Amino acid sequence: MKLLKPLLTTSFLIAGCLFFVACNNENSAPAGDGKALATRETQNEQSEVHGSEIKSGEVELNTPLNQGWVANGKGIYEMKCQSCHKLTDERVVGPGWKGVTQRREPHWIMNMITNVDMMLEKDPEAQKLLEQCLVRMPNQNIAKEDARQILEFMRSNDGAK
Amino acid sequence: MKFCYFKTCAVLMMTSACLLSMQSCKPKTAQSAATGDAAKSFVAPGKYDEFYNVVSGGFNGQIGIYGIPSGRLFRIVPVFSQSPESGYGFSEETKPMLNTSHGFVPWDDLHHIALSQTKGEHDGRWAFANGNNTPRLARIDLTTFRTSEILEIPNSAGNHASPFITENSEYIVAATRFSVPLDDQNGDVPINTYKQHFKGSISFVAINPASGEMGIAFQIRTPGVNFDLSRAGKGKSHGWFFFSCYNSEKANTLLEVNASQKDKDFVMAVNWKKAEEYVKSGKAKKQAVKYAHNVYDEKTHTAISTVKNEVLVLDPADCPGMLYLIPCPKSPHGTDVDPTGEYIVASGKLAASIPVFSYTKIQKAIADKAFDGEYDGIPVIKYEAALHGEVTKPGLGPLHTEFDGKGNAYTSMFVSSEIVKWSINDLKVLDRVPTYYSIGHLSVPGGPTAKPHGKYMIAYNKITKDRYLPTGPELTQSAQLYDISGEKMKLLLDFPTTGEPHYAEALPASMLKDKQKKIFKIEENAHAYVAKGEGQAKVERKGNQVHVWMTAIRSHLTPDNIEGVKLGDEVFFHITNLEQDWDVPHGFAIKGANNAEILIMPGETQTLKWVADRTGIFPFYCTDFCSALHQEMSGYLRVSPVASNVALHFSTGSNKPAVTDEGSTTTGSPGAGTK
Repeated sequence: MKLLKPLLTTSFLIAGCLFFVACNNENSAPAGDGKALATRETQNEQSEVHGSEIKSGEVELNTPLNQGWVANGKGIYEMKCQSCHKLTDERVVGPGWKGVTQRREPHWIMNMITNVDMMLEKDPEAQKLLEQCLVRMPNQNIAKEDARQILEFMRSNDGAK
Repeated sequence: MKFCYFKTCAVLMMTSACLLSMQSCKPKTAQSAATGDAAKSFVAPGKYDEFYNVVSGGFNGQIGIYGIPSGRLFRIVPVFSQSPESGYGFSEETKPMLNTSHGFVPWDDLHHIALSQTKGEHDGRWAFANGNNTPRLARIDLTTFRTSEILEIPNSAGNHASPFITENSEYIVAATRFSVPLDDQNGDVPINTYKQHFKGSISFVAINPASGEMGIAFQIRTPGVNFDLSRAGKGKSHGWFFFSCYNSEKANTLLEVNASQKDKDFVMAVNWKKAEEYVKSGKAKKQAVKYAHNVYDEKTHTAISTVKNEVLVLDPADCPGMLYLIPCPKSPHGTDVDPTGEYIVASGKLAASIPVFSYTKIQKAIADKAFDGEYDGIPVIKYEAALHGEVTKPGLGPLHTEFDGKGNAYTSMFVSSEIVKWSINDLKVLDRVPTYYSIGHLSVPGGPTAKPHGKYMIAYNKITKDRYLPTGPELTQSAQLYDISGEKMKLLLDFPTTGEPHYAEALPASMLKDKQKKIFKIEENAHAYVAKGEGQAKVERKGNQVHVWMTAIRSHLTPDNIEGVKLGDEVFFHITNLEQDWDVPHGFAIKGANNAEILIMPGETQTLKWVADRTGIFPFYCTDFCSALHQEMSGYLRVSPVASNVALHFSTGSNKPAVTDEGSTTTGSPGAGTK
């Protein structure tokens, strides 16, 4: 359903424009007063609500790894991520996680987990991945703290000690 | 339900159309007369409606959720009826919701809505609805728009005067339409011994203020009349309930004639605070009965049905001051209480006037013992002593009354197909507007509460005739939206409804919109067969039952290859939707299923039972378009003969070596590892 959204929005826009024209041609119609039109103009103002963006440099990485976080991160991975991401470099639905902590900045990974709609809207790298995978990465309702623990698990998967 | 007075309606319609057209040069039809106000019901694409309208579906056993003023249909909530769309009443988890003392009853006739209230105003927590046929009450959670609970009502037959609610949601009521021999009596009696053996019953169902859970607090045994409709007192009359009764003749055949012999039937006034005191002081007797109480648990995603065996009963003979009867013109239908709680409007559907009773006068009449004898031991208050006044010549066939909070009442007129606006204070008719056609109930947002919103009014009509493109012998049922913000009522919009709409309530969208549940948290899923992640997906055999712990996420099911199922096995597909994003349900269907599909919301687990009725390959797939690769979201189940030695095997993304035409084998790819 999510994938269809841009398409739907576009069609609303078009429908909205056509409606506009129709109204203007019918000046005598009582519905065509300025007030009603003003309401119609605002019809596409709705925007999706995203979580707050995690900024570059905001995520602190430490060694040795926090083993508690690694364990919790693994638990969340098995419940919410494993269906699409393998721990190898093999792509199933989404890319495999092997080497992800070398390929991507920590804040990029965490934004992708907590804020996927924003990333797919703004981030060229995320958009490239969507073109490859063709399935929008689901918002799995993961809190920032939980995303940090998943990141720790990814680091562990990539061999960090 | 097609009536000869359609002609009368048409004449009325034309008359009103003519009146409207007087000011303009060219004649207008009723339809074009309304277009001038079309903007008032227009909600632009992407914009929200101002009100939610919770509309009963009548014989479809469901509730429709509409937006007001647009009339757009958002959702159909299955309540007393199975829904092959969602799997409600078909899935293993929801089947117990429809259990009764008669066993599984997958349908009912849903007539009235009562929204929960606090201090006389809507609080946006629950909607209650009645099942008319096999007496039941249901609670719908307004954060999920799902049926959370169903309670059967014993000693009842035709739960029509229900589920009207008190101003702090202390109770909803269930009064029987059909008096019958009580459940603990031998009911095998000649029907014409009605007067000896048939009894009426009113149940007071307490609402748990925290959970909303329903429980029968007590029942009141009454004379064997038919209860029709009801309202709780409010404000000054809080503590009282008013019920309309007909068939005070106690006829048991051709009620159309025999229950309309007397000039007056009754409104029964119940002092429920007094009834509570009698229960506390031990006046209630225990009666052996049998009824089902079904509760859906949102954490286990499973309903449990419990059969209960006892009810507390108050006999009016032991409880003086609890019940009074007020005479009311022929066969009263709606009994509605105005926002102040002072006036009780009783619509005698065969009467030429609408009596309006005064709560203050009723209390004075009781104090003064202004009685006109008794009916089965219950004091009958003198008509004039209780009367505030009569609305004279309001129209034909008054049924129901709603209020705008500005001192006006709006009464639906079934026979003359119109709504009549009148002033509560001086009982003068102020305006009348036609409905198309034969209006039943009507609804003003907040209309039955102490604070109506008074901007719109919706008519729920029984006949649509020429209003829509025809669709064979059966036409859509219809609602109509009116603007009641000015002195004159104005028709704004026709919109079709599902089932047959009876009563409906509407409440501001702002009360519900921001507290909607978007997902079920997978972490909190306590279903007995949940798979919290693909690692927990598995298949196990228990005798001839095969349980499949299956996960669904865009865009695959795990496992998607299942072998080793034998002919005659009962396969239980327990599907967990691993998604945690709003508006991403997955569906599950398998060839030859004798029940339905199931839709599984994010974080939820639901189970479809399927019986292997022949050997072969059975594809299964996701039914809810979920992503660009939705069409790929599928799998296969293999059924082998009973004596076969095919081992139980399941996988996703890997294969046993595939046999090619040449007999050589290749390995499947991409591999995710065999489980």
